[in-house]
Amino acid sequence: MNSISASPLLQFSSISKQFGGLSALSDVSLHIRRGEIYGLIGPNGAGKTTLFNVITGLYQASAGEFQFNGKNYQSCKPHVLARAGIARTFQNIRLFANLSALENVMIGRHVRTKTGVIGALLRNRAARHEERAIAERARELLDYVGITKPHQTLARHLSYGEQRRLEIARALATDPLLLALDEPAAGMNATETESLKTLLQTIRASGITVLLIEHDVKLIMVLCDRVAVLDYGKKIAEGIPDEVRRKPAVIAAYLGGSDD
Amino acid sequence: MEIFFQQIVNGLVQGSVYALVALGYTMVYGILGLINFAHGEVVMIGAMLALSSLNAMLGWGMPPLLALPLSLAFTMLGCMALGYGIERIAYRPLRHAPRLAPLITAIGVSIVLQNLAMMVWGRQYHAFPQMIANNTHTLAGAIINDVQIIIFITALAIMAGLMVVVHRTRLGRAMRAVAEDQHAAQLMGVDINRVISITFMLGSALAAVAGLMVSANYGLAHYYMGFLLGLKAFTAAVLGGIGNLRGAMLGGLLLGLIESLGAGYIGDLTGGFMGSNYQDVFAFFVLIAVLVLRPSGLLGERLAERA
Repeated sequence: MNSISASPLLQFSSISKQFGGLSALSDVSLHIRRGEIYGLIGPNGAGKTTLFNVITGLYQASAGEFQFNGKNYQSCKPHVLARAGIARTFQNIRLFANLSALENVMIGRHVRTKTGVIGALLRNRAARHEERAIAERARELLDYVGITKPHQTLARHLSYGEQRRLEIARALATDPLLLALDEPAAGMNATETESLKTLLQTIRASGITVLLIEHDVKLIMVLCDRVAVLDYGKKIAEGIPDEVRRKPAVIAAYLGGSDD
Repeated sequence: MEIFFQQIVNGLVQGSVYALVALGYTMVYGILGLINFAHGEVVMIGAMLALSSLNAMLGWGMPPLLALPLSLAFTMLGCMALGYGIERIAYRPLRHAPRLAPLITAIGVSIVLQNLAMMVWGRQYHAFPQMIANNTHTLAGAIINDVQIIIFITALAIMAGLMVVVHRTRLGRAMRAVAEDQHAAQLMGVDINRVISITFMLGSALAAVAGLMVSANYGLAHYYMGFLLGLKAFTAAVLGGIGNLRGAMLGGLLLGLIESLGAGYIGDLTGGFMGSNYQDVFAFFVLIAVLVLRPSGLLGERLAERA
């Protein structure tokens, strides 16, 4: 691990993404180091979520490529990137609402397990053993993110804060190297945000690199090692939070002209 | 009262077959939001494959008790390959097309399969070979034979097995996740194309069993038998709430009962004006009534329009 940890976990090289005539991302380059919490901020519509969708394979970049954990990716199916070690949550929660909390997390184990059709139909010993291991790991993760409700509760019956945590647990279940969180604190009250902060610090301490889109600037300032600022699809600043927030371009993007 | 019990027995046996076919419709709908109108033809092909393979094996002098399971396995594999092919060729290229396109393709596939079957097996009715001494039993005044008992028990066992797969296994969990949110499921490492293919194959395997059951029960197979059976099973799926597995089973059994009781009593009710040959009308009365009164079906929930 030592020799690799010098190289960045994620390297974005001149990524562009166009929708018709609209440039959602133009020529964005950035890198995320192993073990850091990297913040991505910018006004609404700046391209943050587009960038997430490119990293996770929901969108294919129009130009450029990115390197993750030493391998190049240009156009890949989401399940391939999930296997490579990228996991994410969504800005608007996208849990499997009619599956139980436990099952949601168990789905996350899908990428790391292998029982096929035959095993599923025959329910042989290996399949049952794997199934037990999946459930056990899922229960650990529910405890880890602090969901105390019965694990059989349907996801849609959890409170908003719990649903956010469940999404994180589901993403962690894929054993990610990079956990990408799209506005995890959105809609949370102060107490919930505080415990989210603690959770993210615990996650980072466990060795997982975190990429964070967030509007809560205070949270970004406390948590992140480095941040990048996007505006109209371009990276206008990058660096440690304290420096970045003093940059004139950043202040202009947030205060002038934009609706945020 | 004897008529009543007799019609209940007939209805449950027929209904269990409807349920098996309805499950195929409802699984595909649950995952893709697509009504696979070619599913009835898969049942027909199942009946034909079963018939041909049984005749061949019996012709080689194989004992019936060995030929039957072998033929069932052959038929299921054949139908699974067919279901896989249908999805791969006719539906997958249209996955992102407007919803009307795959519906029309489904009807096209259905016509192609019917005509293929007509070319291969001809237009005539085929007699299904009798495999076992078909003893009859009397139950509360109703007559039931061995074939019917086997059909009913097998159908229930298969449905129970399917529920275990869907609710207790990794594969079933992936199916339910894909049904709810394909993108999110992909991000969990679920290969959705694979899950969709498997869903079609599972549904087709059930259709194969149903095809063998229908033709064994009536002793007949015909290239056109899939059309009406498919429509009725679709009705059963809608009655139970399309997309809902338990609904498909309940809908199938209920539709069998309604049809059978209706056919049994329509003569008395109309003073002999209409006879049991009006049996098929009941299924479509049910379809219309459900669509008008409760479009989401008995166990269905109203789903938000899929994106």
